Amino acid sequence: MASEKREQYWKANNRLIAALLAVWALVSFGCGILFVDWLNQFSIGELPLGFWFAQQGSIYVFVVLIIIYALMMDKLDKKYLGKSK
Amino acid sequence: MNLPAFFSTATGDFSDPARPWTFVFVLITFSVYLYIGWRSRVKETKGFYVAGQGVPALANGAATAADWMSAASFISMAGLISFMGYDGSIYLMGWTGGYVLLALLLAPYLRKFGKYTVPDFVGERYYSETARVVAAICAIFVSLTYVAGQMRGVGVVFSRFLEIPIWQGVVTGMVIVAFFAVLGGMKGITWTQVVQYFVLIFAFLIPSVAIAKLLTGNPIPQLAFTFGDIAPRLNALQTDLGFTEYTQPFQGKSMLDVLCITFALMVGTAGLPHVIVRFYTVPDMRAARYSAGWALFFIALLYTTAPALGMFARYNLINSINGKSVEEVQSLGWVRSWEQTGLLKYADKDGDGKISFAPGEAFKNNPETKKIDVNFPDGENSNEVYFDRDIIVLSTPEVAALAPWVIALVAAGGLAAALSTAAGLLLVISSSVAHDLYVRYFDREASEAKKLLIGRINICLAIVAAGYFGVNPPGFVAQVVAFAFGLAASSFFPILLLGIFDKRTNREGAIAGMVTGLLFTSIYIIGCRADKIIGLDAPLFEPWFFGISPEGIGAIGCLVNFVVTIVVSRLTPAPPREVQDFVDSVRMPTVT
Repeated sequence: MASEKREQYWKANNRLIAALLAVWALVSFGCGILFVDWLNQFSIGELPLGFWFAQQGSIYVFVVLIIIYALMMDKLDKKYLGKSK
Repeated sequence: MNLPAFFSTATGDFSDPARPWTFVFVLITFSVYLYIGWRSRVKETKGFYVAGQGVPALANGAATAADWMSAASFISMAGLISFMGYDGSIYLMGWTGGYVLLALLLAPYLRKFGKYTVPDFVGERYYSETARVVAAICAIFVSLTYVAGQMRGVGVVFSRFLEIPIWQGVVTGMVIVAFFAVLGGMKGITWTQVVQYFVLIFAFLIPSVAIAKLLTGNPIPQLAFTFGDIAPRLNALQTDLGFTEYTQPFQGKSMLDVLCITFALMVGTAGLPHVIVRFYTVPDMRAARYSAGWALFFIALLYTTAPALGMFARYNLINSINGKSVEEVQSLGWVRSWEQTGLLKYADKDGDGKISFAPGEAFKNNPETKKIDVNFPDGENSNEVYFDRDIIVLSTPEVAALAPWVIALVAAGGLAAALSTAAGLLLVISSSVAHDLYVRYFDREASEAKKLLIGRINICLAIVAAGYFGVNPPGFVAQVVAFAFGLAASSFFPILLLGIFDKRTNREGAIAGMVTGLLFTSIYIIGCRADKIIGLDAPLFEPWFFGISPEGIGAIGCLVNFVVTIVVSRLTPAPPREVQDFVDSVRMPTVT
């Protein structure tokens, strides 16, 4: 593959990683720790919202983030490499 | 993570109906492990070290989950959380969030690299034998300390549920692991781990579902946790008893400490060699990404259930003991059986005829036995109950009045968790010694058959070493978790990440970064824990760095490593052309 195309592929990959890691940090360090006191004034079901993020929500988001990454990279691979492998 | 009290109560004097069931379950599961080991015999090093790189993403996900979740995750974590309340979130987020880092930043590229070990990558990317050797020694140290706890866990489960001495339990565990690991190497380990995952997850979920149903009427623990009314009830109960609310953040740790510990555990998880190497076994980069997703999905099943179990069990325990008369408490069957193990103790300290919960330790250590003793009440507080945190998971089936076979299933689950993690760690030790060090430096010309033989001999040696430490645990084993994660976070993670994402990072930077990160973290941990690790009378210093605890200092060690690596790399010559091409090659799915 031409080095220019390779650069594009790598940049697109890095943009995707940066966006997903921003969400990763937001739900865990943000909602789960830094803003936990503020979020605890709200609740989800019977649990304070910040507590829920720390013990449930962040973990669900982590799983979804990896799945999104795998799916989006399939698309990227297809676009640049012409196949899904 | 450690299992101190659970380990120390090895003398099971139980005659419970679960024993025959435990024998049956252990026999069945062990036969399956042996059968798989026999079926996955390998004839070449590629099969032995990376399972021939043919493991499907889904299977590798299950294997990774079993590899990752140890006896401690299975037995101790829910109990720890139930003691810590909100602060227990450090383990929940820390030990799952690292998989996002793995999936996005490391696993696919290390798979593309396509060799057998983490030191392989370090050596090749940093064109340096020194870097390879440092990496191999780190991998051995981290894995060996970690595995000792697993063998101990095997011995303890045996002695608690089957009433045989710990050493016999450890030896039984060693023989089983040796069989499938020596014959099948990574291939044997992979397929037994897949089975072990299902054993351990069912063993964890069945009692959790039962107690969720019992307390809230909703059988799904995650939903019962969020939408059931146990949280407000437990908060009210705790407030009544003089505790802070269960869901109140930062009770035992500062916000900064919680941030640092969570970060250190995440980054440490992503840098642990036995986790990384699982992603070497899948067919390609794409499979590595999906495999990480499956792994976290399987792990999340346990990790989102554990906080529910912890909260329910705490509520149930307080509710069934607090304010009851001594006779009433004595009449509870599970209280009697756990009292016998020494994991649960109570005494009517104030003589009002009732047992009450309150903050503080109810009893002091007996100076002779060094164990908590009801004859030495602590007059400073009104708490009258001591319970070990390991009770939370282990007693749930009895508290929820489940059939004896469920208790037996929990025993089989604990064994599966310990054996699967032990096997993965042993392979890393063997591959580091045999592949990264011995064959490379002492026997370069070895034939394929000889290399395989050397790998097998080394796995045997590693098993014997782990078994020895399992029977005679050194004092520092309990402190190992802080160490293993701290070292992985401050040594491997930064240089692996920069090795892929920053072409300019060179040999000088990587070695300087690894060494400073390692030194900073080890000195801090050893200094703060000098009394426990090297047997001094007192720690050498208090946690002086903004009060960050030794568990969290890996986060700072990781940042130190990043800064040093980047700065030193910029001040020294760029890596050679072929190394930059090598970086290009690991970034792309196909050879270009």
